[in-house]
Amino acid sequence: MNASPRFAAGATVRVKDDWPERRGPCHIRTPHYIRGRTGKVVRPLGAFPNPEDLAFARPAPERHLYHVLFEQPPIWNEGRPGDTVMVEVFEHWLEEA
Amino acid sequence: MAAPPRAESLALLERLVAALEAKGIVTEAEIADRQANTDKASPETGARMVAKAWTDPAYRALLLSDGKAAAEMMGVSMAGAPPLGVLEDTATRHHLVVCTLCSCYPRALLGYPPNWYKSFAYRSRAVREPRAVLAEWGTMLPDSVEIRVVDSTADFRWMVLPMRPAGTEGWDEARLASIVTRDALVGVALPKA
Amino acid sequence: MPDDHTPAIHDLGGLPRFHCTPVEHDEVPPDAFGKKVDALRQVLAQKKLMTVDELRRGIESIPEGEYFALGYYERWLRSIATLMVEKGHVAKEVLE
Repeated sequence: MNASPRFAAGATVRVKDDWPERRGPCHIRTPHYIRGRTGKVVRPLGAFPNPEDLAFARPAPERHLYHVLFEQPPIWNEGRPGDTVMVEVFEHWLEEA
Repeated sequence: MAAPPRAESLALLERLVAALEAKGIVTEAEIADRQANTDKASPETGARMVAKAWTDPAYRALLLSDGKAAAEMMGVSMAGAPPLGVLEDTATRHHLVVCTLCSCYPRALLGYPPNWYKSFAYRSRAVREPRAVLAEWGTMLPDSVEIRVVDSTADFRWMVLPMRPAGTEGWDEARLASIVTRDALVGVALPKA
Repeated sequence: MPDDHTPAIHDLGGLPRFHCTPVEHDEVPPDAFGKKVDALRQVLAQKKLMTVDELRRGIESIPEGEYFALGYYERWLRSIATLMVEKGHVAKEVLE
């Protein structure tokens, strides 16, 4: 992985509203509850071999990983405003928002 | 409580290990060695790291920037272990670690994850109703404190650096470490003087 | 949640089915069976015969009824055994 991370700390990003598990066997590390949600990059965490490939013993190119922060209440329609959830998300799941 | 493994699972393990051994892939001795090694890890390591961070600002800075290096400094071999991220609690922010997808846990520092950490109830609820889950541990936080749930989904493993409680002034590292429980390192409890 | 957005079996975050289930503060350490499965997985990973990602993929493909009925390390074992067969390291008969 030579390219630098596409997103910097503070960037607003949207998690792709994609459901590969509906299309067939797969292994993904993006939990369902953040798909389609908008969050803020806390910081890039480095680049790691893509688990979606590792899970099938395929060659696994590295992907940038980010800590992304989300507000809890919009996700669940409950909870205390200001409470948050921070999730490790790979770059190919993120788009500019 | 977790049910004991069923007879067919015990038999499957036996058949699998025998088949792997017959092929020269693994030996019972290698498995036993690995287990002995895994058994050695315990939350005391994480507790010592927190106690040192409470008393030594340079170590605290290292712990927060490179958890793996900070663990190595305490004599823990982190070779092959995933990167360790450390989450700093403040007067206005409390961290709670969960893995909703499986059971990712900083095993090199805390040992085997407890059954509750792996339970379906914890994995589903911690991320949605963290205050209700914390209350089950007797941990009540004021509304002025943000609860930041950390869903451990990928390559890092996460440990909480809790705040040093009042009333511990003048304590040495060993005494401080004694109040840092595994639950505090996951974020379900707070250290108490 | 619409049908086409039903999360996969292991993707448990926020699921209403566990909403009122208290977290049982179970502190019982792994038994001999669990520790051995755990160690076996580590040995196989060290020997580059499987990754933790493959282990997870195998666990996630356990049918729902069994996923919730099996114990934690029973799910691991099921996945490891299936992988070892899939990769040709042991014969299929080992699973039967």
